[in-house]
Amino acid sequence: MTLPAATLEITPTAPLEFSGLARLARRHPLVLIGGGLLALLIVLALSAPLYAGDPGNMDPFKRLKPPSGEMWFGSDHLGRDVFARTIFGARISLMVGLASAACAALVGLLIGILAGYNRTFDSVMMRVMDGLMSIPTILLAIALISLTGPGIGILIVAIAIPETPAVARLVRSVVLSVRERPYVEAALCGGARLHKVLWRHILPSTIPALMVQSAIVCASAIITEAALSFLGAGVPPEIPSWGNMIASSRLYLAMAPLTIFGPGICLAVTVLAVNLLGDGLRDMFDPRAKRRR
Amino acid sequence: MAGYVFRRLVSAIAVMAMVGIFVFLLLRLAPGDPAAIIAGQSATEEMIAAIREQLGLNDPMPVQFIRWVRDMLGGDFGTSIFAGRPVLELLSQRLEPTVSLAILTMILAVTVGVSFGVLAAWRAGGFVDRILTAFSALGCSVPVFVIGFFLIYFFAVRTHWLPVQGYVPIGNGIALWFVHLILPTVALGLGFIAFIARVTRASMLEVLSEDYMRTAAAKGASSYAMLFHHALKNAGVPILTVVGISFAYLIGGVVITETVFNIPGIGRLVVDAINNRDYPIIQSVLILTSGLYVLINLTVDLTYMLIDPRIRY
Repeated sequence: MTLPAATLEITPTAPLEFSGLARLARRHPLVLIGGGLLALLIVLALSAPLYAGDPGNMDPFKRLKPPSGEMWFGSDHLGRDVFARTIFGARISLMVGLASAACAALVGLLIGILAGYNRTFDSVMMRVMDGLMSIPTILLAIALISLTGPGIGILIVAIAIPETPAVARLVRSVVLSVRERPYVEAALCGGARLHKVLWRHILPSTIPALMVQSAIVCASAIITEAALSFLGAGVPPEIPSWGNMIASSRLYLAMAPLTIFGPGICLAVTVLAVNLLGDGLRDMFDPRAKRRR
Repeated sequence: MAGYVFRRLVSAIAVMAMVGIFVFLLLRLAPGDPAAIIAGQSATEEMIAAIREQLGLNDPMPVQFIRWVRDMLGGDFGTSIFAGRPVLELLSQRLEPTVSLAILTMILAVTVGVSFGVLAAWRAGGFVDRILTAFSALGCSVPVFVIGFFLIYFFAVRTHWLPVQGYVPIGNGIALWFVHLILPTVALGLGFIAFIARVTRASMLEVLSEDYMRTAAAKGASSYAMLFHHALKNAGVPILTVVGISFAYLIGGVVITETVFNIPGIGRLVVDAINNRDYPIIQSVLILTSGLYVLINLTVDLTYMLIDPRIRY
C-alpha cells in the first residue's frame, strides 16, 4: 500500500524572488488567473499591428470564407479578416471598459467622500444617486448617446454615469464607518486639518473596497459597451468593436458562425477575466467574505 | 409602521422627482439646440422652428417643466416625432411581447435560481455547489446577446428544434407563443438564474447555521421540511430584494434580447427611436421604467413586513 502523496509533502520553500508570486498563486489563485488573463489580453490588443492583418481591408473575392491558415476566424460578409477585427476590437473594449471604470471610480470616490462628511450634500446627492440607479444602465446610456450621436468620448461618459452611484454609495458607507474610528478622532484632536485627515486617513481606507468595485464596474462597462455597439448606439461602425461586429454579422450566423462566435467568445473571456480578478480581490481584502460564500 | 410607510413613500416620490428633473434637463442642457437635436442633421430651419413650437421650447424652463410634469400625470407622454402618434399608444401596442418575455424570464429565473441555490447551500462544497460556482461565474460574464446567438445557432439553425426569431401574439395560439419565447427566455434568464442562485445560497447558508435549524433537526424534521419550511422562509428577504433590484437589469436585458430575437416589443421601439432621434419616446421610456422600478422596490420593501413578522419599523 502506498501512502497518499499529500501526507509526504513538505511545504516547499520557493526561491526568494518568486515567493511573492507563489504565495499569491496559492492563497489567491483567482487574482493571479484573472489578472494574468487580463494582462495577456491587454498585451495582445496593444501589439495587434505586429501580428494581425488589416482589420479594414475588404476583399470582395473572399466573402464569408471558412477559417484558414491565412484568416484564422474566416472572413465576414465584406471579405474582412474576422481574426484581425476581433483583435483590434479588443482595443476598443478594453479601452472603453477601463476608461469608464476609471471615470466612475474617481467621480464616485469624490462624491462618496464628500457625502460621508457633509450631511446636506449627502442627502441631496444620495437622492440623485437613487434616481440614476432606478434607470436601467442601457437605457440611460442610450439616452445620453442619442443627444450627440455615436462616438468614443460620449460612450465612455455614457457608460460611466450609470455606474457611478454604486461606487459613490460604497465609498460613502466606508467613510461613514471609518470617520468614527479612534485614529481619525485622534488625528483631529491632534490638530490635523480636515482635508489632511481626509487625504491621509480616510482616503486610504476606501481603496480596497474601491478596487473591488472598480473591477465589477469594469466588467459591467465592457458588457455595456458591447451591448450599445450591438444596438448601434456605441462605437461608430467604421471602427471594429466586438459589439458592432456581432451586429453586422447577425444575418450570416448560419453561413459563417465564427463571425459572431469569435468576437462573442473573446468578449465573454475578457469579462470573465475581470470578474475573476474582482472576486479574487474581494477574497484577498475581506477573508471573512470567502468563508461565508 | 404607518410612519415607515409614509417615509418610504416620500423617498420614492423624491427619487421620481430627481429622475424627472434629470430627464427634463438631459435634452435642454445638452450642447446645441434641443429642437435641432430632435430634428436631426438634415432638418430645415422651418422644421426646427416647428418642433420648437410643438414642444413649447420658447417658454421659460420652469414653465416647460411644470407643463411637462402636469401632462405626464394626466397621462399625456407627448407625441412621437417620427410616427406622429401619441407615445403612450405606441408603447401600449408594443407592451405584450415585452411583458410576456419579462414575466417568463422572471418565473424561470426565480424557480430555477432559488432551487439551485437551496440545493447548493444544502450540500455546501458538494457537487451541485461546485457546478453552481462555475455556472454563476459564467452566467455573470457572458452577455445576453452572445448567449442568444449561441442558442439560436445550436437549437434553431443547426437542429431546427425551435424557431430562429420572431414573436407570435398569445392570441394566435398559446403553444406557438410559448415556442417562440423559449430561446429568448433562456438567453435572458441564464444570467438571472446565476445571480439569484448566488444570493439564495449565501442567504440560506446564513440561516442554516442558526440555532433554530439545529432545534428543527433535533426534533426530527425531514430535510425537505427543514430546507423549505424553516430555512427558505427565513432566507426569503434578501432573495426578494435581489428580485426587486434586478428589475432594472431585466429591462436593460429585454432591450437587447428583443433585438437579437427580432421581437417587436418596447425594446425594439427604443432602439429604433435612437436611430430616428425620436426623443419623446426615449424620454417616456426612461420615466416609465424608472417609475416601475421605484414602485416594484417600494412594494418589495413593504412586503417584507408581511412575510417577515420580525421586521417592524
